[in-house]
Parts: sequence; C-alpha cells; structure tokens
Amino acid sequence: MIRVEGLTKDYGLRRAIEDLTFDAQKGEILGFLGPNGAGKTTTMRILTGYMPPTSGTAQVAGFDVVDQSLEVRRRVGYMPETVPLYPDMTVFDYLKFMADLRQVANAEDRVDELLERLGLLDRAESYIANLSKGMRQRVGLAQALVHSPEVLILDEPTIGLDPAQIIEVRNLIKELGKDHTILLSTHILSEAQQVCNRVMIINRGRIVAEDTPERLQDRLTGSRRVSVQVGGDGDGLASVVASVPGVARLTEKEDGRLEFETVPGMDPRAEVARAIIQAGYDLLEMRPYGVSLEEIFLQLTRDEPTPPQPAEEEMLDESMSDMKDLNLKS
Amino acid sequence: MINVWTIAKREYRLYFSSPVAYMLAFFLFLVLGFFFSYSVQIASSAMGMQQGYVPGVDITMQPMAVMLVLLTPALTTRLLAEERRLGTIELLMTAPVRDWELVVGKWLGAFMLLLTYLAVSLIYPMILNQLISPGVDQGPLLTGYLGLILLSAATVAVGVFVSSLFSNQIAAFAATMGVVIFLWWIIGVIGQVAGQTGGATELARYLDYSGHFYENLLRGVVDLRDVVYYLSVTALSLFLSAMSIEVRRWG
Repeated sequence: MIRVEGLTKDYGLRRAIEDLTFDAQKGEILGFLGPNGAGKTTTMRILTGYMPPTSGTAQVAGFDVVDQSLEVRRRVGYMPETVPLYPDMTVFDYLKFMADLRQVANAEDRVDELLERLGLLDRAESYIANLSKGMRQRVGLAQALVHSPEVLILDEPTIGLDPAQIIEVRNLIKELGKDHTILLSTHILSEAQQVCNRVMIINRGRIVAEDTPERLQDRLTGSRRVSVQVGGDGDGLASVVASVPGVARLTEKEDGRLEFETVPGMDPRAEVARAIIQAGYDLLEMRPYGVSLEEIFLQLTRDEPTPPQPAEEEMLDESMSDMKDLNLKS
Repeated sequence: MINVWTIAKREYRLYFSSPVAYMLAFFLFLVLGFFFSYSVQIASSAMGMQQGYVPGVDITMQPMAVMLVLLTPALTTRLLAEERRLGTIELLMTAPVRDWELVVGKWLGAFMLLLTYLAVSLIYPMILNQLISPGVDQGPLLTGYLGLILLSAATVAVGVFVSSLFSNQIAAFAATMGVVIFLWWIIGVIGQVAGQTGGATELARYLDYSGHFYENLLRGVVDLRDVVYYLSVTALSLFLSAMSIEVRRWG
C-alpha cells in the first residue's frame, strides 16, 4: 500500500529526512516513532502529495506521489498534526465541504454516517470554533475518513487530548485498522506499542529501527529480566539466586524482592525457582518483565551516548552492538 | 471543474455568514445612494433645470467603479492568507484539487459577491429611468456594466494573487490596497507626467487601469483592447497565484 524508497528531503541546506526506505502492507497499522523534528511530518507530507521529495520515490496505493499526485490524493485520508479546521463553519458544513472536494457520492448521507460513528451527531450544527480539542480531533478524523480512503495518514492523532479521549482515539484507530492501511506518527511510545502492528523509529531523518513492538524489545534486550518475590523474610535470598548459573546482574529491590537478568542464550528460570523452594522460601511470584520501548527509544535516539557508568558498562555495550545490528537490517 | 464550484460556493456563503458582505454592502450603497440622490437633487433644482442638466447612468457607475476597487482588498485578503494562517491550506493541497482549481475557486467566490452587488446596484438606473424622460440611455448602461464586471474580475484576481503571497492578513490587506491604488490612480498619472514622449506614454496609457474603464466603456464604447486588457490582468494574476502555491510546495 505504501512503498517508499530512498526518500530524501532538503529544506534549503537542512536535510529533513535522508534515504528513508520502508513499506506498509494492506491492513497494517504502521507507527512512526521519533522525537520532535525527526522528520515524521515531512515524510507524511510527501506521502500525501503536499510537497515533493528532493530525491527518491514514494508510492501510495500503487501511484507515484509526484507523477500521479491527484490519484494518490484521492486514495489518502490525511489528518495533519495541528488538525486545521475552519472555525467559522459548522461541523456538518465543514465535513460536507470536504466530502464535496473529494467528490463523494451522496455526500450528506456519508457525513451523517461519520457523525454518528464518531459520536458527533449532537454537534453537527455547532461552529467548529466552539468545539473542545477532543471534538476537533474527531472532526479532523472524520474529514480524513470522509471518502473511505485506502490509506490513512495521521500525524500525532492523540496529541493534546485528555487520557479518556486518548484511549477513545486509540481504540478508534485500531478499529479503523481493520479496513484501512494506517500510518500514524507519535512520540508517545506506549501508544505505538498499543496500537501499531509495526513500529519504525526515526531519528534525525533516518530510520534507526523497524520491527513489531514485541520483537523490537526482544532484539534489543537479548537477555531477559526477571522479577522474583518471596513471602516473609528474604534474608540470604540474593545469594541463593546468584548461585544459579545463568543469573547475572542481580539487584535486591526490597525485603523479599529482587530482580535479575539472564545471561544471553540461557534460561535459568526453572533452576532459580527450584533453588528458592529448596532453600525454604515461599515463592510468591516470578515474572519476566521487558525493557520498555521507552528505554529502547532513548537508546536509539540519543544524540551522543553519554559515558557509561561503570556498573552499566556491560549492558550499554550490548545494546550498542544490537543497535548496529538493527541498522544493517533496516 | 466541479472543484472550482465547490470552493467558490464555500467562499460565497462564508461572506454572508460573517459581517463582511453586509458591512461592505452598507458602505457601497451608502456612497452610491449619496451620489444618486445628490445628482437627482441638482437636476431638479432651479439651477439644474436652467442649465438643462439631465443625470445619466454614470452618476452611480462612476463611484461604483472606485468603490469596487477600494472594497476588493477587504474581500480578497482572507482568501488564501487565512488558509495559510489556519493551516487549512494543507488540507486543500492534499485534496484531489489542482492548484489552479483552488485559485480559480477562490477568485470566483469573491467575484460572485461583487456580481451580487452589481446586480443590486441596477436599482439606481431603474429608478432613474422612471424619473427622466425619455428614460436612460441603454448603450452606456450596458457597456458600463460590462466594464464594471471586467474591472471586478481583474481587481479580485489581483487581490487573490497578493493574498497568495502572505499568511498575515493585515500585511496582505495593506499590500492589496497599495497595489490597487497604484493600478487605479498612479499608473495613469505616470502616463500623463511622462508626457508626450512617444513609446513610454503609449505603454503607460495601455497599462492605465482606470483609463480603460473611464475613457471607453463608461461612455458606451466597447473597444476590444479594453476587454482584452482586463481579461489579461485577470488571467495573469490567477496564473501567478497558482504559481505562487506551486512554488510553496517546493519550499
């Protein structure tokens, strides 16, 4: 549905994106993750036919964004970051106007349908100037959906919403993902984790990692992290666990609770459980926990790696080598 | 083409859902009404009778031309400058609408409002027709209105172009006003000052924005050169506006 090859865009002397290559399949929700100014909006603007790239090609729904711009624009629904709307129009009139611009048949019926779907029916005659931020966001989404596009491009769709609205919009996006190919950008990591099938991390105009949110975690961590909780007195627990081969970097959190990492390639969890029970402790809980996408993100988008603390040296080295690995693959 | 109509319709409606259309109509018809009643009063006064003064259709058409030129900046400033300020231009530029369709649609919306004013202003010649015998001279009436229509088309197009250059409405308004005043009053004066020195005068006279209206169309003469002049200004301005949008895509 979306196929991008070697996409580069310069604003004067500043290079906004450099040699981006990626694709998105039909029915996929692709997340575009990166700090502000990383080139997300630029990429989206190129894909929507707003501006041409400096070099490279991009195809959306089988059409080239430069040579067949109008065909692309017919098939793409776009919600820009700022959700631009006309404050002096009513919700209905605005959506009707956008539907007419896209030459939707039975525009009024279609607008009514969308108003109902997005819970805007009672606001149809309100002026956009009087809408709350959340409502505006919904109008922006309705506008992007009005012509039932094959591809939806949403630039920071949940920015500036309250938590309830964020959940609402995320659910909506997930639901839309069933019928549309969606490219959405965000700098909220948990959002990408929850909503997207696949995540691309972009920094300074380059893709630094690309995978499913889960695999991205696995590949970057290599080792597992495990948390252990025993009942009652936890004296001596640390030495019991540390004696099991395959356990590394053990940290005691509080009484009866500790966390450890496994040596890459080994899974000592069964032995650890046995050792704890044999030593007479009441094992209440043992669960793996992943490195959050947040940490990966920070690792990948850090401008310059800060000098590692002695204790963390090993871990940072590992992740750095993993990072190079990812660069090669993407 | 249907896109042009969609955009024009929105603009036209928007003038009426804000005070703009009514405010401008108020000023326009205040001025026209003043000139009209003043002329009729003079004609019916003792002195007017004595001198045999009969008001013609130009008593409203002449101030109408000036008013159209002065009011146009208030109409056109918003057209593209506001889209740029609100960011809605991004939606228009990613909708399946060609740049020229966008520009022509904007132009048509404002032009239609001026056509509405022109249609309403026909009431003055109609009243005058009842007052004088044997009625108004229909030749100058027709060519005069043809002139006013052409003048509106060209002035609105110039306004659209200036609007396409700005995102600040106040700057766009001031610039449009400046351009319009230059075209209407200053080019003609330059032509006169340049005097009788051959080619330059000829050029200045051809470029004289008001001259094409005053010298022929208002007097009942249709010269193809005047028609071509206003149509070229319209076409050129719209072309430049479309270019201005296109250029910004590459920014």
